Amino acid sequence: MSYVNCGNFKTSYEKDAELFQTRLSKFLIYAFVTALFAVPFFLGDYLLYVMNLIFIAVIGAVGLNILTGFTGLISLGQGAFMGVGAYAAGYLSLTYGLPFFLAIPAAGLVTAVFGAFFGIPSLRLKGLYLSIATLAAQFIIEFGFIRLEFITGGVTGLSIDYASFLGHEIDSDFSFYFLALVLCIIMTLAGVNMMRTRAGRAFLSIRDNYIAAEAMGINLFRYKLISFAVSSFYAGVAGSLWAYYTTIITPENFTIGVSIQYLSMIIIGGLGSILGSIFGAVFIVILPEVLQSFSDWAGGYYPNLTQIIGSIKEGVFGLVIILFLMFEPEGMVRRWRLIKAYWKLWPFSY
Amino acid sequence: MEFFVQLIITGTVIGSIYALLALGFTLIYKATDVVNFAQGELLMVGAYVCLHLTVSYNVPFWASFLITLVFSFTMGFFIEKVFLRRMIGEPIISIIMLTIGLSSVMKAVVQIFWGTDTRTYPQVFSQEPFMIASLSISRVYIYSIAAVAVFLILFSIFFKKSKVGVAMRAVASDQQAALSMGIDVKKIFALSWGIAAVVSSVGGIFLGNINGINTTLSHFGLKVFPVVILGGLDSIVGAIVGGLIIGILENLAGGYIDPLIGGGAKEIFPYVVMIAVLMIKPYGLFGTKAVEKV
Repeated sequence: MSYVNCGNFKTSYEKDAELFQTRLSKFLIYAFVTALFAVPFFLGDYLLYVMNLIFIAVIGAVGLNILTGFTGLISLGQGAFMGVGAYAAGYLSLTYGLPFFLAIPAAGLVTAVFGAFFGIPSLRLKGLYLSIATLAAQFIIEFGFIRLEFITGGVTGLSIDYASFLGHEIDSDFSFYFLALVLCIIMTLAGVNMMRTRAGRAFLSIRDNYIAAEAMGINLFRYKLISFAVSSFYAGVAGSLWAYYTTIITPENFTIGVSIQYLSMIIIGGLGSILGSIFGAVFIVILPEVLQSFSDWAGGYYPNLTQIIGSIKEGVFGLVIILFLMFEPEGMVRRWRLIKAYWKLWPFSY
Repeated sequence: MEFFVQLIITGTVIGSIYALLALGFTLIYKATDVVNFAQGELLMVGAYVCLHLTVSYNVPFWASFLITLVFSFTMGFFIEKVFLRRMIGEPIISIIMLTIGLSSVMKAVVQIFWGTDTRTYPQVFSQEPFMIASLSISRVYIYSIAAVAVFLILFSIFFKKSKVGVAMRAVASDQQAALSMGIDVKKIFALSWGIAAVVSSVGGIFLGNINGINTTLSHFGLKVFPVVILGGLDSIVGAIVGGLIIGILENLAGGYIDPLIGGGAKEIFPYVVMIAVLMIKPYGLFGTKAVEKV
């Protein structure tokens, strides 16, 4: 009964592709999820708020990791795609009165179409060129948020109602927690499972060697577009969740800075790993909050600190990215694997 | 007609600053294969250092200009030595993220030291405009175009004639061959960062003299992408031509399209051009076509 198997005892492909490799890991994951459903009863509003941000970020980061980590297509447009999702959800619920459980998937689909459209250059462009093309997409979409006032409300943005479920308004951090958690679990599970399907394996082969992949009969164009669409679907869901959380959708929440944050999440967490996306999302969401509380505490001694805390946050954010890239380029998920490997034979490691 | 000519002139000024920035970007990309997302921050730091010397220490403008160049060179040199040296051979996304990280750090440092308010340079160039026929052109425009032209010519000569310049071109075209011919590739890497920082800070100083500076100056760094894509990522001529074209197009868009749609066209137009170039001619006007083999 160990968390990791000590050797390879698999006798069939089905076993190799199993979601849970051992019974203990299955049990622990179930226990963890159950715990997640229980904690909001013990947390204060501020911690619930942080948790909600984390759930939204996890969805977005898993989506970006499918595109960048698994398929190898770098995107600097995740922020804009989240915006598309948020505005789509806002527009659909305001104009057609869709309830949130229809508006969120619909927003995801709209964003997927957008993503696939901006993914079309990926047939011709790779690596650097593609990342620059997505940068352009980011700016063009951002421009659209401000200029297409009849849909987006321009600079003032859209203001929507809280999601309501069975006559109960999801208007507090506490009730939103469950909505976000459920969506987060669904999306993460879908992500893990997607990597076991034909499409998921096609993504990996495109990342590792696209020429070989094409020679083996993988339709590059189709799978790259699917990857863009899936990733944007995640971004759309994350964006629409954000919209229902804040109920005010304005363009400045979906800038290039947001795209960079999501990229840094998957870099710090670990490229090409769903678990890594979760680690990275948690880390990047918590980091500024920790700095903020540090500044609140130290502000009593150094009053100047509170004025420059915004700059310090940005600097620390950049520094963390640099340090991770220099000293742990494979991200936190590698540390996690090392820790697991260490306990594998415990206590008889020799 | 006069409006049109004014737009062209402003476009040329901004375009020449883009050309300097793009020159720095291309240098780094050519020699070290690094895509620098922190180019705009190099420009911003140069502009702030020069301003600080002139205003706070009352150094004459020409002296602080020269000191800034030395400072920028040292900064670029050490950025390469400390951060980029370790990244050789890493995948492209890591390098992109590293320069993005650098850009946030540099922006934060500038904000901590100098705040976020717009600051203006003291009167360096005479206010009285230059008259060509009925057209008045502000003097600082003339000076900045002239300075940019001088720098571009200097660099062209440097790359064609000087030993270091030739060595840089050699490293750019084939690192291994250059290494085996006895060229110190590491030194060339650091040098190209130093030079890139210098040209960017020249752009920053002139920009500061035209508009004043604040931390949004770093957005210029992202405008460099349309320029280098249009010109070809690894072409120095391309950087210059691309810079001028994008600068002029941007201003024309600002002048003629903005009134129709109510603003913002200036910011977005270069990227629209870039998407078109990427779709039609991904290696730009002068770029080398990459041939891929299995």
